[in-house]
Amino acid sequence: MGVIEATGRWVRFRIEEAGRAGRFLEEAARALAAGRTWFPNATLQMRRLGVDSLPIGLLIAIFTGIVLALLASYSFTGAVPLYFVGTLVEKTITLELAPVLTGLALAGRVGANIAAELGTRRVTEQVDALETLAYDPDAYLVVPRVIAGTIMFPLIVGLAMIVGLGAGWLASLGFLHLSSEEFLKGARLFFGAFDIEYGLVKSASFGLAVTLIGCYKGLRARGGAEGVGNAATGAVVYSAVMILVLDAFWAMTWLHGRS
Amino acid sequence: MIKWVDVYKGFGDKKVLEGFTLDVHEGEAVVIIGYSGSGKSVAIKHVVGLLEPDRGTIEVDDKDVPTLPRKELYELRAHIGYVFQFAALFDSMTIGDNVAMGLRKRPEMSESDIQQRVSEALELVDLPDVQQRYPAELSGGMRKRVGIARAVALRPKYILYDEPTTGLDPVTSAVIDELMIRMREKLGVTSVVITHDMRSAYRVGSRIAMLYEGRVRQVGTVDEIQQSKDPIVRQFIEGRATLEGGETASAAATASAAAVTPARGGRA
Repeated sequence: MGVIEATGRWVRFRIEEAGRAGRFLEEAARALAAGRTWFPNATLQMRRLGVDSLPIGLLIAIFTGIVLALLASYSFTGAVPLYFVGTLVEKTITLELAPVLTGLALAGRVGANIAAELGTRRVTEQVDALETLAYDPDAYLVVPRVIAGTIMFPLIVGLAMIVGLGAGWLASLGFLHLSSEEFLKGARLFFGAFDIEYGLVKSASFGLAVTLIGCYKGLRARGGAEGVGNAATGAVVYSAVMILVLDAFWAMTWLHGRS
Repeated sequence: MIKWVDVYKGFGDKKVLEGFTLDVHEGEAVVIIGYSGSGKSVAIKHVVGLLEPDRGTIEVDDKDVPTLPRKELYELRAHIGYVFQFAALFDSMTIGDNVAMGLRKRPEMSESDIQQRVSEALELVDLPDVQQRYPAELSGGMRKRVGIARAVALRPKYILYDEPTTGLDPVTSAVIDELMIRMREKLGVTSVVITHDMRSAYRVGSRIAMLYEGRVRQVGTVDEIQQSKDPIVRQFIEGRATLEGGETASAAATASAAAVTPARGGRA
């Protein structure tokens, strides 16, 4: 196969893939109208994708808060008043690290889980069985997961913000011998409601992307165990990349516009 | 009535159906036989719109399935039961919920009606006590019977069976055959059965169609198929590794194609 032919095939495959993804999004949007089908499943998915993901989200927040406080103190090296540790912990946790690190962890947990589950359902003909029983698989399988992800990601990230900030605070008290007043003074100094709004909206977009990618990869799984494994791997990789792309997107279009 | 008319279907470079034509009349049990990978499952997936043909039409009760709007397709599916090769039970649900799944799409049915229908369907397949169990707790034969119960619970006009006895021991296969016959005789269901198991085909079929190289090679009653002169059909139904006289399958297929007389709905 020549280079030109190989390139042509690759380009054709990518265009077809984009077309399939576009069709998938259109079908998922259309399935939103079938509330009677997806609503009962949405609460179950909120628990499975959201509540069950809380421990990993909060664990990450605790360690991030501790490390940030120590990192800030190390970077300031006496040139900047130490209470700015609170500022740095608050800003980085709410604007960036809670949404992105939690998003990446959930991309692994939630994205792989969705892709593996739907992939298994696809290769064992359970998705076909749903269709023959007159269920719309987009309404029954995709919409509840996407809604659960879009709602639960910001909730987990919101809690991660609180826990991360608390961990940073405690680390400042314990390791940096900062008083609570000093830490809170720093945290409040440049705090704005926008910080939280930005972090939460960003994490909702991550939840939307991770669940859509997981569903798409899962429902496209073919073959047997290998196909399901590939779907799960693809879901995690694409979700992680999409989180970073969206992170840059929000920074350029929203954060940058405010400064 | 189910009609495939000149259906072509391929996946990439692989052509699976190439002019597949067959009629299934009401009250019949038509068995489609053929080699593994010959496109039998592909053919019946077109009937419920799980696949769309590249060319040709598939009609169910005079409705052209590939062109049906989504709502009408779902309405049509409510009248067609589909029994999957490996049952395709929802593994996160109990057997009772699996069987009730299709019924829950019917707003006119109350929960007590649904429970009654589930019990009846499971009794019909001789599995009255498994409602609270999960698919993983059942044997392969029991899962297939639950698959039949799930299809039957809908009280469909048609049931499509995709290799219902494959991988089962002879006794369990006979039980499944009996079930299929019972569904037809007791409920008057029109059936399409895909199988390679000739014993099962003779037992449940009112007609048998052999799918070969993407189209119907021969279709006829059980007697007609048993007395077929077509070497390809003979090799398949007798389960021989080679054709009579040691000929290769493709050479014999070419030589005898003109001699094969298609029966109702089929074509050589």
